[in-house]
Amino acid sequence: MSIWIEEDAKVLVQGITGKQGMFHADKMVEYGTNIVGGCTPGKGGQTVELQGKPFPVWHSMSEAIEATDADATVIYVPPPFAAEAIMEAADAFDTIKGEGVVVCITEGIPTLDMVKAVAYVENRPGVRLIGPNCPGIITPGEKGGAKIGIMPGHIHAKGRIGIVSKSGTLTYEAVAQTMSIDEGQSTCIGIGGDPVNGTGFIDCLAAFEADPQTEAIIMIGEIGGNAEQEAAAWAAGNVTKPIVGFVAGATAPPGKRMGHAGAIISGGKGTAEEKFEAFRAAGIACAMDPSELGKVLLESLKAAGLR
Amino acid sequence: MNIHEYQGKTLLRENNVAVLEGVHCTTVEQALSAYDSLGSKVVAVKSQIHAGGRGKGTLYHPETREHVMDGGVKIAFSREEVESYATNILGNILVTIQTGDEGKLVSNLYIEAGCDIAHEYYLALLVDRDNKSVLIMASTEGGMDIEDVAHNTPELIHKVVVDPNAGLLGFQKRDLGMSLGLSGAALKSFGKMLTNMYTMFVREDCVMVEINPLVRTGADEMVALDSKISFDENAEFRHKNWDDLRDLSEEEDVEIRAKETGLSYVKLDGNIGCLVNGAGLAMATMDVIKLYGGEPANFLDVGGGANEEQVKTAFSIILEDPNVKGILVNIFGGIMRCDIIARGVIAATEALSLEVPLVVRLAGTNVDEGKAILAASTLNIHPADDLAEGAQKIVALIGGDE
Repeated sequence: MSIWIEEDAKVLVQGITGKQGMFHADKMVEYGTNIVGGCTPGKGGQTVELQGKPFPVWHSMSEAIEATDADATVIYVPPPFAAEAIMEAADAFDTIKGEGVVVCITEGIPTLDMVKAVAYVENRPGVRLIGPNCPGIITPGEKGGAKIGIMPGHIHAKGRIGIVSKSGTLTYEAVAQTMSIDEGQSTCIGIGGDPVNGTGFIDCLAAFEADPQTEAIIMIGEIGGNAEQEAAAWAAGNVTKPIVGFVAGATAPPGKRMGHAGAIISGGKGTAEEKFEAFRAAGIACAMDPSELGKVLLESLKAAGLR
Repeated sequence: MNIHEYQGKTLLRENNVAVLEGVHCTTVEQALSAYDSLGSKVVAVKSQIHAGGRGKGTLYHPETREHVMDGGVKIAFSREEVESYATNILGNILVTIQTGDEGKLVSNLYIEAGCDIAHEYYLALLVDRDNKSVLIMASTEGGMDIEDVAHNTPELIHKVVVDPNAGLLGFQKRDLGMSLGLSGAALKSFGKMLTNMYTMFVREDCVMVEINPLVRTGADEMVALDSKISFDENAEFRHKNWDDLRDLSEEEDVEIRAKETGLSYVKLDGNIGCLVNGAGLAMATMDVIKLYGGEPANFLDVGGGANEEQVKTAFSIILEDPNVKGILVNIFGGIMRCDIIARGVIAATEALSLEVPLVVRLAGTNVDEGKAILAASTLNIHPADDLAEGAQKIVALIGGDE
């Protein structure tokens, strides 16, 4: 088991004929992801070559899902059109299958477009949105696995640690830390750092708690908002598996945007200190330095009798 | 992206939100002719900078730092007072609670007609992360620092969340207005204002519109006496007019140049320059430097696909800061390959004849090739295997200078 994405999940690529889409689709195929084709309006009927093999392109997501029975889609569409791509995928999954996972990698989508898109997805309860502005989701397999996004596949291995993070490269850092203590990952999810996004920390924690393959969790937050505090409070009452946490941005000055649109402290709210405090209060073991995540995880595993 | 009050008021006026008559000026002469044209005996003389707390701020001479005047927003009762206030404001530095000690040079002034105020309120529209929608917030405690109100008397802040599918509904406007104690003509005026403001918020891709104070006049009309408007930078592609509204003097020159090359840079007060890929990792790198006793000089995210040229630009931007005594490069290669970064680092150090200590931590894609390239160079580059080691090394290397 894993969460939301099985090792052999059938995946579509929206924007597959674009530079970014084609580059990452190729990397996903190389990793072993079961890519079943893609969608670019106006380019239906064409094929795209990935790792030397042809893959079909459809005009619309409903055609693509009808033809392939896809489980998930990943979006590399440019910002002006990305929110619409999310809604098109959500509508097609909802109408045809009643369920599906939509992963949006695109960075820089207007916030009010996302307000609309998130409301649209929430009206279709079988559809899950991950992102936008995130590295995606990966379920490593025995051989290959399902890599849906832009993360470097080769650093992962199948295992029992679930990872959820707002940040891309910090997720990779967390993966490397699990590997440093000979632990692999069940599923790793980058939920993205934008102010308005789909799947949140609590969704991921709930799924990890329910997943038999996952035995411990790493949760990585960032300054801004209070999603981390809410997740910690929820975990205190609902998660029995050990959680290790880190929050980036302790040194960030208030009012400054730190690359991620969401990473901004406003009026003393959403500071790293506040979030670490909430983590500790919920019994989450904190690393003050991401290079210590492995060490703290090992201690937590030992304390839980898992090592 | 923030705009000035006078620009915000033009936008509000265009969207049928009541504001007072006012004139934007850049010279004392313009301020005087504005006073003559407004035909109002009493006017407000308002400094235009992108920071709050102007009224309680203090003006200083830009070179001598001598005290010039208390208050960046003044009420003038005569032409002579307009002249004296405008002279004291324009070309001087305004320090407010939000500007930091260095303050901001005031080059723009807004002269606004007076009005008959019955009560002052607070009103704000913003994108709320928790509800993933637009939130409208109002309070009877206008003219105050809203964070203090939220802290001391949270029951005096009233909120409605707009459903993006349904839009702002009649009952929401009535509820919010009635919670402010409005009735009759004032309630009607408030409802109309909210509708127009919400429409503007969506059409103009705002992330925040704050009116503090919003006033009820003696004639029961609701008027925006101040305006603080921020736009969503992500939506810039569909607002060609933002270029004209942007006041580049309000932004750090080096931050603008960084943005043009696809880098995200924020200057800080420390002495260890950082070059990192990814916003989260860049923040974590700053945190770890501090954890091991150093102070970061900047936040710098080179993004996911930086090339040799961008790495070079990043180095030159970091080195422009005279406080920088050492640099820590921290790259976790995903899409970005470590060998490319290593070559970029070597090219940049050679081209810029780098004199400060440099620690480079590489991990991820092609890490072995990257490390080999650095090891083979004759340059004085200190390698590190993880972030903690990198931070400890750079802190130790610059330690002697402190």
